Amino acid sequence: MEHLVRRRYWWFTFSILVILPGLYMLFLHPLLTTGRFAIGLRPSIDFAGGALWELRFPEIAPENLSTDRIAAAFAAGGFENAQVQLSPTQIDGKAVAAALVRTRPLSESDPNTEIDAVMKVLTTEFGNVSRERLESVGPTVSAESTRSAIIAVLGASLIILLYLTWAFRKAPHPVRYGVCAIIAMLHDVLVVLGIAAILGATIGLEVDALFLTALLTTLSFSVHDTIVVFDRIRENLLNRHPAETFDDIVNHSLVQTLPRSINAQLTTFFTLTALLLFGGDTIRNFVLMLLIGLISGTYSSIFNAAQLLVVWEHREWRNWFKRGRRDEAAPAV
Amino acid sequence: MQNRNLLSLLLIISATGLALAVNFAPNNIFLGRDVSIRLGLDLQGGIQVLLRSADPDATADEIATAARVIEQRVNALGVGETVVQQAGNNRIIVELPGVANPEQAIETLRGTGRLEFIDSQGQYLAEGTIVRTSSSPNPPQLAESDTVTDVTSLGPIYQSITDGADLDTSAVQPTFSQGGALGSRPAVSFAFRGESAQRLASFTAANVGRPMCIVLDNVVVSCPVINAALTDGSGIIEVSTEADRNRIFNQLKYGALPVPLVIETSRTVTATLGQESVAASIIAGIIGLAVVAAFMILFYRGPGVVATVALLIYTIISFAIYRLIPITLTLPGIAGFILSIGLAVDANVLIFARLREEYRRGRDIRSALELGFVESWPAIRDSSVSTLITSIVLFMFGNSFGVSLIKGFALTLGLGIVISLFTAVVVSRTFLRLLLPLFSDERAWWFGVDRRSATPTAQAAS
Repeated sequence: MEHLVRRRYWWFTFSILVILPGLYMLFLHPLLTTGRFAIGLRPSIDFAGGALWELRFPEIAPENLSTDRIAAAFAAGGFENAQVQLSPTQIDGKAVAAALVRTRPLSESDPNTEIDAVMKVLTTEFGNVSRERLESVGPTVSAESTRSAIIAVLGASLIILLYLTWAFRKAPHPVRYGVCAIIAMLHDVLVVLGIAAILGATIGLEVDALFLTALLTTLSFSVHDTIVVFDRIRENLLNRHPAETFDDIVNHSLVQTLPRSINAQLTTFFTLTALLLFGGDTIRNFVLMLLIGLISGTYSSIFNAAQLLVVWEHREWRNWFKRGRRDEAAPAV
Repeated sequence: MQNRNLLSLLLIISATGLALAVNFAPNNIFLGRDVSIRLGLDLQGGIQVLLRSADPDATADEIATAARVIEQRVNALGVGETVVQQAGNNRIIVELPGVANPEQAIETLRGTGRLEFIDSQGQYLAEGTIVRTSSSPNPPQLAESDTVTDVTSLGPIYQSITDGADLDTSAVQPTFSQGGALGSRPAVSFAFRGESAQRLASFTAANVGRPMCIVLDNVVVSCPVINAALTDGSGIIEVSTEADRNRIFNQLKYGALPVPLVIETSRTVTATLGQESVAASIIAGIIGLAVVAAFMILFYRGPGVVATVALLIYTIISFAIYRLIPITLTLPGIAGFILSIGLAVDANVLIFARLREEYRRGRDIRSALELGFVESWPAIRDSSVSTLITSIVLFMFGNSFGVSLIKGFALTLGLGIVISLFTAVVVSRTFLRLLLPLFSDERAWWFGVDRRSATPTAQAAS
């Protein structure tokens, strides 16, 4: 079996290569294009406020529908700057023209009049129009959900860190386990956020309350996996032979947990893929983000978290800047 | 040991039997309890609205009263499974599943229900006109409009003859107007008490032959001509449709809202879209389960079959618990359940991987099995706790915001972790122990292990 620990800087490099484009899209790209500091994610109406209309046009052939025509109808109904996205769906084997439209939120005091006005213009223009979904989120609510979203992510991370330090209290240097797990967790958050930023710029993926759920689930998956690996290291450390080095123990532990990690990940991967393929549009992005988080979480627990323990054991950072090449610092036994 | 196994088996069989009895209860009634599966708004269609007081100084008491009034109106709508909840200091969440006409339902909820008669100075005001009255000079309908900057430009303030607080709700009844030029029309009868009744009597006596406008929540309902003095403070409001009558009746009957409410957030989903989602997630669930079962059996053989049975029991128990608690299933809730299938299997994978390892190290199957369970426990415990923590945080986040989507996911995921601990540890272990006599060293293949295939690494580690 390959000595996984010896190649640790390769694994770190791979992680960095995956994270960097996402980091660019998250922070640098918005700064370069707008000149202002912003996060390169597309907030959905949950966090930005606004209204989302899901419409179906049974009397119009999908190819006859254009985003401009719908946007013009919305403008005539009192909603300027509507963002229209066509989403034809299959109903009983027949393609039906449908669209998702994003507008400003409905009036708080008199929403019905506004809805009626738009529906009237749409019906005149396209014939029968059915409104499958209409969500409107006011600006106050969206500001509060953004705040509590951040609190939820930070709160969950903190509690997990505390639990982890407590769970590994009998291992030597329990804090190391907590910190390394958190770094691996941070890695997964950056991977998921980065890919969301890239997909936001390319296919218009929006960050909504469900995305947040996916992110938090990723966190717990990541720690879940890291714990299994760390647990094995802890156990092997207690039964160590005098001749074994720390590197060997970590490597054994990784090799021993690898089949389990892969199998456990495969089963979840199967269920998620089934959801992705057959689970319906509403949760497609959510499941996609879960899948990415799951893969990243499994990778980071084996190739980041455990390897970082070795780096810490040898305090390798003392050698990082002495020589030009990082790889030479690795076998510092 | 044998006795303990039989006891566990008895526990498993009774738990599964009970769960099956719940899942297949006739008419969905189990021990006098309704145990039908409850589908969330996204799966059966309906509306969710977050109402906020238009008056920033509203007290918590006023909001609580408003929530109670809305609850009564909601009950009168005759929709099942409704939710009316106070959220934070100044918000009310209302959920109405399966409502066909969301706009009208919202109007019924939100109308403050303050009935006034105003002195229109002899004018006939058009039906639907928003007016300022002396008891409510700044209605939210006008105050919210962003085109108006100058308060005086909002129009005259009409003198209120009555005060909504004096309405006798017991006298509010649906009725029909008696004849008239247009024949009989739907109407609502009402009666005022106290000072309002006296003022109404003296105003009508002095203004016979002139119009008087009936105003509900600052909107003109009608301006009938006064035919005779309303000496006892009672009368009827004529409207044009039965729907209008029901709405007005509801608003008057169940009392006035102490504060005007605005709709901050609303989510509407039609039943069609919901049914499509249900169909899609059932297919996803079945395929997910089937693929996991196939994988487990191919990879772990005998234990894989046991894990599949455990997984089926897990599914049966989960659904019984969803029905009993009850848990409202949403689309993310179903996703949470399907995801927890993966986690439930994970515990089994951990155990079986250990079992294989111990067997390869030269232990016999019995002790490999026992060690497999003992040694994988810390990892199962710690990882389950961390997932449980996440689902609790998610639940609290969803709860504080009425984001019922997240709440559903957190609930099914968290419950999944707890139930899977039972099925993975108790169910799998008991079955494997009971089946142990079948697995001899000669038939190690059944366990998916082959002593000769032991890897050098595993030997080195032992």
